[in-house]
Amino acid sequence: MLAISGVHTHYGNIEALSGVDVEIRSGEIVTLIGANGAGKSTLLMTICGNPRASRGRIIFEGQDITRLPTHQIVGLGIAQAPEGRRIFARMSVMENLQMGATTTKPEYFDHDLDRVFALFPILKERRGQRAGTLSGGEQQMLSIARALMSRPRLLLLDEPSLGLAPLVVKQIFRVVKEINERERVTVFLVEQNAFHALRLAHRAYVMVTGRISMSGTGRELLSNPEVRLAYLEGGG
Amino acid sequence: MATASAPKPPAFDLAAALKEAGLTAFVMLALAAGIVAFHIVDVPGGLAIETRFGTAIAVAALGFFGRLGVILLRTARPLPVLVVALAAAAVWIAALLAESLFGPDWAARLQMTLPFDDVVVNWIVALTALGFALRALWMLRNAGASAEEIVDRDAAMDSVAARVARSSRYIGPVLLVAAVVFPLLIFMPETAWLPSVDRRLLDIGILVVTYIMLGWGLNIVVGLAGLLDLGYVAFYAVGAYSYALLATHFNLGFWICLPFAGMMAAMAGMLLGFPVLRLRGDYLAIVTLGFGEMIRVVLLNWYKFTNGPDGISGIPRPTFFGLPFSRTADDGGETFYSFFGLPYSPTDRVIFLYYVILALALLTNLFTLRIRKLPVGRAWEALREDEIACRSLGINPRNTKLTAFSIGAMFAGFAGSFFATRQGFISPESFTFIESAVILAIVVLGGFGSQIGIVLAAILLIGLPEFFRELQQYRMLAFGAAMVLIMLWRPRGLLAFREPTIRLHHGVSPPAQTVAAARPDEVA
Repeated sequence: MLAISGVHTHYGNIEALSGVDVEIRSGEIVTLIGANGAGKSTLLMTICGNPRASRGRIIFEGQDITRLPTHQIVGLGIAQAPEGRRIFARMSVMENLQMGATTTKPEYFDHDLDRVFALFPILKERRGQRAGTLSGGEQQMLSIARALMSRPRLLLLDEPSLGLAPLVVKQIFRVVKEINERERVTVFLVEQNAFHALRLAHRAYVMVTGRISMSGTGRELLSNPEVRLAYLEGGG
Repeated sequence: MATASAPKPPAFDLAAALKEAGLTAFVMLALAAGIVAFHIVDVPGGLAIETRFGTAIAVAALGFFGRLGVILLRTARPLPVLVVALAAAAVWIAALLAESLFGPDWAARLQMTLPFDDVVVNWIVALTALGFALRALWMLRNAGASAEEIVDRDAAMDSVAARVARSSRYIGPVLLVAAVVFPLLIFMPETAWLPSVDRRLLDIGILVVTYIMLGWGLNIVVGLAGLLDLGYVAFYAVGAYSYALLATHFNLGFWICLPFAGMMAAMAGMLLGFPVLRLRGDYLAIVTLGFGEMIRVVLLNWYKFTNGPDGISGIPRPTFFGLPFSRTADDGGETFYSFFGLPYSPTDRVIFLYYVILALALLTNLFTLRIRKLPVGRAWEALREDEIACRSLGINPRNTKLTAFSIGAMFAGFAGSFFATRQGFISPESFTFIESAVILAIVVLGGFGSQIGIVLAAILLIGLPEFFRELQQYRMLAFGAAMVLIMLWRPRGLLAFREPTIRLHHGVSPPAQTVAAARPDEVA
């Protein structure tokens, strides 16, 4: 579905990604774990074309999207729930969801709305409320719901567990699984919360300083001693 | 918040207070040294500089004591303020009224105490002292109440704003009806004042509505899309010149030219917007400022085309479906009066102009209200909130900004051609930066994005200064004071709130505790 091959990305003179290869197959949940500053978010942003890859190719469903502008990439069926949620704080929940439906046909809206409200019932209760007044967990749900409103085939999630209480994290991951299984949306998940993310993932990659250092199924990596030491037990 | 046990007043640090007041006095002295202390006067044979050091020192002294008063009130010590301020106010007001109260002898002695030469300034000082006294008295009466906090005041004003927001669906129509009957009311025989006064009121009305329209137009760019445009007057100018040139060269009427003028302005908006809209915030503001000036300079120097500083005169007046408002038609055809069999009256034309600009302004307002509910309008607001998120939702930021910029420009173009037809004469002088600044001030003071706030701000900033033209040089002083007060009391604008574009009619209200926690403007 999405093939990233030999991608390099630069911020000015600093190389953030140095030759990344990632393959995401249709229907999978693929997780990318790694430490702070490893380049995980950069990879997600590069898929969306902001910043552009300076070398390498990104192919989505047979189409080269490396050089496309961001808004066109999103139109192809990739949606992103960006890092830090980036919801429109002064707009209402409903308006946020409408913004998410920008690229789809208007007649899908009501149906899609029911779908995301089924996934996140709390948003239905809060739909008239200003998004900035939601709790952190609700904001994250809104961010994901907003991304889903564009009917993506591939959903990119950037650290959905960031700054959330463990219980809420569990809930979010449960919904991600549901989105994948029931809605048949392929998910590419970037996480620091390695334990939850690996348990969820069909396959996973480990990123260290701009390179993929390891890959395998979620279960394999969970039991891998190196991964355990670096990402599961070391940090506590 | 009066409680049973009155909180102790904050400690009073004399040294710090004196230091603060001294600093204020120093700043005022520094300002006064340049502005007040040297006065250029006309003397036979040229100009001379007259020094007014006494006045400058009086300014500094008043600043010193005023600041001390503020500090004392802040630290909940109203009594000395009350005594001193009341005494000063009493003496000064007595001095100001001495001539008629006590006769010339006393007057001369009392007037020695007045700090300034000018009567009006003395009145301002005396009334300020009285204000201090009243404030102190109020604090004494509510003993134990701590001085109200800025936060409390802000919250109180916010709830007022929210109430206005909620009642805006009633206020809007009321204002609209008032605007529609306004010219009829002032010209009705029963309510009419002198004809000259009525005419002036109507002119002020036209001016205010023009600025309301410009404010609403700029609000699309600044309030909704969040693009700080300091060169808005450029599009106003493009509209005015489009109409003036089309009308004078091709003999076209106002109503035919109006859409063209709007289109030209929108095109200018697009041309200017294309290169600059990748910039953000301060940079965008500076570049738009530059573009605004560029258009003015081009108008000034392209003599063959625009007639340069001489301007364009003889711009035709608008007609009523082809019927001119004149005593006799130039081409011997019908006039408005001969067609309807009415007696000729020169004020009818002005009333007609008023309704034209009112209609144009309402068009702008309806357009804004409508487009906010459409995807493109929502995209503007989202873009103001977070451009990166917008891009990741498939919105093309450049095109979206361009539409906002050019639609805003289009309304400025409409207003510009109205300006041209009303004045009958335009020159680049009418399109200086100060116009952009005033329009922007209207939008900012109104509270970004608030339609009714803009109406209030336009009345406040345009209507009142025009109305109080008799105040002469103090007019701008009052203007400045109003601006300072608004920025002190309502830093986010008079009616800063944003109404959601979707109302939920199905009786879904958020749970009570979230309403309480939420800011007043986010509840649907």
